[in-house]
Amino acid sequence: MADGLVQARGLTKRFGRVEAVRGIDLDVGRGEVFGFLGPNGAGKSSAMRMIACVSPRSAGDLQVLGMDPDRDGPAIRSRIGVVPQLDNLDLELSVRQNLHLYGRYFGLSRSAVRAKAVELLEFARLTERAEDEVEPLSGGMKRRLTIARALVNDPELLLLDEPTTGLDPQARHLVWERLYRLKREGVTQIITTHYMDEAEQLCDRLVVMDGGVIVAEGAPHELIGRYSTREVLELRFEPEHRPSGDVLSGVLAGRVERVEELPDRLLVYTADGEAAQAAVTAAGHRPLAALVRRSSLEDVFLRLTGRTLVD
Amino acid sequence: MAGEADRATGRVPGPWGGVALVVENHWEWYRRNWRATAVSTVVQPLLFVLAFGVGFGALVRGSGQVAAATGGVDYLVWIAPGLLAMSAVQTGAFDSTYPVLSGFKWQRTYTAMTAGPITPGQVALGHLGWLAVKTAGAGLVCAAVIALLGGVAGPGILLAVLVSVLTGAAVAAPITAYSATLETEGASFPAIFRFVVIPMTLFSGTFFPVDRLPELVRPLVGVSPLWHGTELARAAALGGPWPPWPAVLGHVAYLLALLGVGTVLAVRTFTRRLAR
Ligand SMILES: Nc1ncnc2c1ncn2[C@@H]1O[C@H](COP(=O)(O)OP(=O)(O)OP(=O)(O)O)[C@@H](O)[C@H]1O
Ligand SMILES: [Mg+2]
Repeated sequence: MADGLVQARGLTKRFGRVEAVRGIDLDVGRGEVFGFLGPNGAGKSSAMRMIACVSPRSAGDLQVLGMDPDRDGPAIRSRIGVVPQLDNLDLELSVRQNLHLYGRYFGLSRSAVRAKAVELLEFARLTERAEDEVEPLSGGMKRRLTIARALVNDPELLLLDEPTTGLDPQARHLVWERLYRLKREGVTQIITTHYMDEAEQLCDRLVVMDGGVIVAEGAPHELIGRYSTREVLELRFEPEHRPSGDVLSGVLAGRVERVEELPDRLLVYTADGEAAQAAVTAAGHRPLAALVRRSSLEDVFLRLTGRTLVD
Repeated sequence: MAGEADRATGRVPGPWGGVALVVENHWEWYRRNWRATAVSTVVQPLLFVLAFGVGFGALVRGSGQVAAATGGVDYLVWIAPGLLAMSAVQTGAFDSTYPVLSGFKWQRTYTAMTAGPITPGQVALGHLGWLAVKTAGAGLVCAAVIALLGGVAGPGILLAVLVSVLTGAAVAAPITAYSATLETEGASFPAIFRFVVIPMTLFSGTFFPVDRLPELVRPLVGVSPLWHGTELARAAALGGPWPPWPAVLGHVAYLLALLGVGTVLAVRTFTRRLAR
């Protein structure tokens, strides 16, 4: 892994008695878009903050851009871009000033940050709002500004902690499009998210984290192939007519891999959803609603942890 | 390495260059938002000048007792350096409470600064450096207005402004260090103002010489950095009489020690807070 931008072995973070990250191994290569997927409290942000060289590790080895964060923190930080989970823009400054001042911290000259800001405002579609104060901007605009700001030093590595949480679908798609553009330009990205679709859309490779450990690793389609079936049949019943998972498994013997019971629905994992649905109906069960869909990372997560990702 | 490795344009500023960049950031912020804070840094001390220096001063003019206390100088001239020092202390104390906690907690601007090559220590030093610049600017503006009102005896007032800046920083540094340890403001900040800043402004020789205080409390005065600053600022502004040189040295040493210890602690608490 000579060309690994980020390399971790047994990376651990403790906060007093809480062990937020419990010995994870990572290798992120140049140009790759790498994802951390996991529920609240899985340790995604804690891992990201160690990689961003702002949080010292409690144990394990970590190399970022070939350097040790403990020794070369400022040098590493000068070459990466960070989008934290919570925006930390200066609300009483203008959009443009936020870009200018941030760029100055990276040792860029005033003329360089002025030129860069024009380009980034365009990138974030904020040119019209450039002179406005940040405070009244919408959440999506602030997020786009935070992302644009992280690019002020043309980073080799971009760390995005939940880049689209709280955004409406339109704003999310705009962010995704921008991140995809950066990927084409060869910017390595590490993204945390609890949105499956985001992980599937953006990541070349991802790890599923739960309780501070990595429970699975691979490309999104690999993970789905490894841990789930091709299709999923989702069934909703009136509570009093709802068959148990075991009953359904019996009805569908041989046709399904497994049945998951969730509070509001049953998930039938099968290669052929239509056929499974027909078999359920033939056995006299009357679901309120039935839906056949492709397997997703959500199913992988459910399989691995027995829990849904977003409660 | 070549190609993509050369993409990044950022570099690490030098140790003092980083501090200067933090000061620059505060200055840019101030340039846009100064109207909101000008009231407390410039207008408020001038109201004190008007109320005490001019108003109260006129009332007591010609009183033998006052002349004895001020060494014969006009009350406005006598009180001016005290008000400069007091104002620097108030600005230094206030700007090191809520705005510092906000940098960690509400707006989190400090976490933005340290996401790049700037270190937490540079953020702490930049905050104190900016306070020095700000109190110096405010002090010069106030001194100019006082001069127009006839309250300035000579160029020594410039030295008095310098002493005020030192005094303000000496108070700001330990408060800055303390603010960085707080998770929420709770009752801490109001307590600082009620039990530290206000008593200090009342009993540090700003408005009347401390030898008019009861014997019993006089040793407490020596704890107040504002008293040390006021002694120096007043001697500078009036062109004397200076206290004996060991006392002068003592005043300076006390302020520098407070500033030094406070600064070291602030660097430490900022680092602990931001790197966790
Ligand atoms: N500064 C801190 N002090 C103490 N405990 C912390 C701190 N930061 C995180 N933790 C704890 O570490 C664990 C992991 O938190 P972390 O923020 O890394 O999770 P996450 O995967 O990012 O979750 P989310 O999806 O909610 O952002 C949690 O139990 C959290 O309470
Ligand atoms: Mg998080």
